[in-house]
Amino acid sequence: MIWTDIGTLADIPLRGARRVKTTKGCIAVFRTGEEEVFATSNTCAHKQGPLAEGIVHGRKVTCPLHSWTYSLETGEAQGADEGAIATYPVKIEAGRVLLDVSALAEKAAA
Amino acid sequence: MERLVVIGAGMASGRVLEHLFEAGAPFEVTLFNAEPRGNYNRIMLSPVLSGEKAFDEIVTHDDAWYAEHGVTCRFGEKVVAIDRSRKVVVGERGEVPYDRLIIATGSAPFIIPLPGHDLPGVVAYRDLEDTNAMIEASARPGAKAVVIGGGLLGLEAAAGLRLRGMDVTVLHLMGHLMERQLDEAAGYLLKKDLEKRGIEVLLKASTKAIEGQGKVERVVLEDGTVLDADIVCMAVGIRPAGQVGADAGLTCGKAITVDAQMRTSDPDIFAVGECVEFEGNLFGLVAPLYDQARVLAKTLLGEDDAFAMRELSTKLKVTGCDLFSAGDFAEREGREDIVFRDPARGIYKRLVIEDDRLIGAVMYGDTADGNWFFGLIKDQTDIEEIRDTLIYGPAFQGGGAAGADPLAAVAALPPEAEICGCNGVCKGQIVDAIGAGADTLDALRAQTKASASCGTCTGLVEQLLAVTLGDSFDAGGAKPVCGCTDLTHEDVRRLIKARELRTQPAVWQELAWKTVNGCPTCRPAINFYLLAEWPLDYQDDAQSRFVNERNHANIQKDGTYSVMPRMWGGMTTADELLAIAAAAKKYEAAVKVTGGQRIDLLGVKKEDLPAIWADLNAAGMVSGHAYSKGLRTVKTCVGTDWCRFGTQDSTGLGIKLEKKLWGSWTPHKVKLGVSGCPRNCAEATCKDVGVVCVDSGYQIGVAGAAGMDVRETQRLVDVASEEEAIEWTAAFVQLYREHARYLDRPYKWVDKVGLEWVKEVLSDSAERAALNERFEISQSVYRKDPWAEHTSEPEAEKFQPIADLTMEPAE
Repeated sequence: MIWTDIGTLADIPLRGARRVKTTKGCIAVFRTGEEEVFATSNTCAHKQGPLAEGIVHGRKVTCPLHSWTYSLETGEAQGADEGAIATYPVKIEAGRVLLDVSALAEKAAA
Repeated sequence: MERLVVIGAGMASGRVLEHLFEAGAPFEVTLFNAEPRGNYNRIMLSPVLSGEKAFDEIVTHDDAWYAEHGVTCRFGEKVVAIDRSRKVVVGERGEVPYDRLIIATGSAPFIIPLPGHDLPGVVAYRDLEDTNAMIEASARPGAKAVVIGGGLLGLEAAAGLRLRGMDVTVLHLMGHLMERQLDEAAGYLLKKDLEKRGIEVLLKASTKAIEGQGKVERVVLEDGTVLDADIVCMAVGIRPAGQVGADAGLTCGKAITVDAQMRTSDPDIFAVGECVEFEGNLFGLVAPLYDQARVLAKTLLGEDDAFAMRELSTKLKVTGCDLFSAGDFAEREGREDIVFRDPARGIYKRLVIEDDRLIGAVMYGDTADGNWFFGLIKDQTDIEEIRDTLIYGPAFQGGGAAGADPLAAVAALPPEAEICGCNGVCKGQIVDAIGAGADTLDALRAQTKASASCGTCTGLVEQLLAVTLGDSFDAGGAKPVCGCTDLTHEDVRRLIKARELRTQPAVWQELAWKTVNGCPTCRPAINFYLLAEWPLDYQDDAQSRFVNERNHANIQKDGTYSVMPRMWGGMTTADELLAIAAAAKKYEAAVKVTGGQRIDLLGVKKEDLPAIWADLNAAGMVSGHAYSKGLRTVKTCVGTDWCRFGTQDSTGLGIKLEKKLWGSWTPHKVKLGVSGCPRNCAEATCKDVGVVCVDSGYQIGVAGAAGMDVRETQRLVDVASEEEAIEWTAAFVQLYREHARYLDRPYKWVDKVGLEWVKEVLSDSAERAALNERFEISQSVYRKDPWAEHTSEPEAEKFQPIADLTMEPAE
């Protein structure tokens, strides 16, 4: 695990998301509850819609372009749609949001 | 075998026979019926009259059924006498000996002995002959019917005749319709609904005479009114038809007296149905008749059972007139009322409470909770705890899960709870039948009879199907907002207002949302309803808005945005164009001229949005709200400023309208147009509101469309001055904001409520002023540029990524 501080929890609106730019494209960090965050790829498997702009409901997000809905826990598309997005470990420590970037490093090394 | 003779093949005696044969009772049955047919579902004659059902569909027992059970049918034969000393029934065509005898002769319609009451064309509404006579009369184009009696039966007759195309007038002696079941307010709404479907209703109408040469031609009232009539239906009530019992010397009051085992004063003779009197009570509704039938069958089988009086509820079987009444709702000392009214939707509910018990309920317009209230009345439940929210029905009772969710409430009912009052079917029987494979409403009706008679409990039975089958059952019916709730948009709006719900969590909690915090369907809708209802209190929630409204720009297929500044009334200046051109260059935007007389800048990155807005703000421009469910553009022509045909300053009016309305949130987008003359260069007649200027003033049309549907506007009003045009337009928009379902464009909403209703509301100048006042209160919050609020920190920062890891080594 390589935990990287990406900002404060308060910077992410409740039931909203923010983007993290990486060399592998954007990661979306979602805040589903007062003290709950998830991180996934920002890119919808359908037509590359920006998931950080979707409506967050429960532990799910709905893509703003064509309403594909993903589980933020598993990255699996919900309902009739088939597909998945990458998920990344993320945690809250003392009001700061920490993202595990080891997956990015591995991919970069590979 | 014992010989059982039954006089009368109606619904009560039919039910007795069913019970006996189901139990395998060894009776040799002879069945007399004065009508030349067997048992049919008499309460379903109304759908036969209206043409919604054929007679075949309401036959309960056909020839095959009688043959199968060895019943000797003597239909079309009247019973002349009962000779108790010899134990024989004397029919017109001969005698039949009996060991046991059931009298089930029912009731006869009450015919007022007016002059002319015996003319051909005067009918009652009791049997198939009456029904057929009315159907026949309706066959002639332009035929007129007069129905005397505005009770349950009379109104069903009137509605049926109207559906058959007749001109129908209902004469009712009392001050409001159905006075035995409804109070005045509900009676008023019912009258309004009937009049809406073309039925004329005359109250306090006393009939003097029926006149005609050899047949009915007219009805004359005491006040001198004369009504032409091809047929007169007298539906003023029924009276027990137990004469044959009285003649035989059985003890009678107003009808044949029976004990709780349905036995008459002769131990071998029983009576059942509308011809009996029990403890001074007479009967006219089907539910207690079926109770009697069950008890009588048990008695004949030698089992113990006793008939008891119980509370009754009523529904009117007229499609579209939704009313329900139960219990006692007379005003009396010590009784209190809880009343809910929604005049705009024609809804009225009244609960009558005495000693913390619900004793009566009257509902009109929305009767979904009727059975729940009826249950509280029957069970004499103590309602003190839930009194505050009682009128909102079972969905809003806090506490246990059973109260929070109607399905849970049904699930929590014990197996012996009665679901179908007509047929006495309890929950356990229904669940068993579903378990045995009856997975549709029709199958359940066929197997258990639940909801197969009057149909009032259909909703409950469907809920049982839903509870028992889970997701595999599709109920149809009123469409809820989304899967998070069973409530409709209208319900949610009403409850937000009535229960003063001012936050989304309050809505989720108090209205028993099934999800933690909604879904992409309900969240934007609830957000809108809350800000429309409580403009000063509710904090708009960006996270409940679709991306475009949250980012104040339109997302494009590649994730970039389009930016469109407002051009008031389609007017711009050289300086504005220079600023737009500079911004387009700086942010590498494509430039498109839109159909709404504005300029769109496409391909702007999210990170650049605050900066481009700041640039445009600096040149005096504001957001064009091209992304919002709110006011979009006001398209105009140049009008009297330049045009030789212009009749008024259409550009000026367009700008004034845009300045009045901009920033307001609406259920869906709103586009306006103002044309300076009927040549209509601004294409105002396909807008949500379109004003066409004429020499004498302004023609205001509404509910146009030019998208998925194309609609021409309908004329709302013609006014003389600009001020009036603006006042009417704002009032229309506010009415739309207050009543329309989220994502219904004005034309869809007007289709639902009717332009006449919109006109009626808006033509009241006080109402128009009130709507304008409420609109201005809302605009005090929302008439401002959202771009300007996001060009400086901390807001602008939110458009940037929270972190940029591209510069850092990942290790």
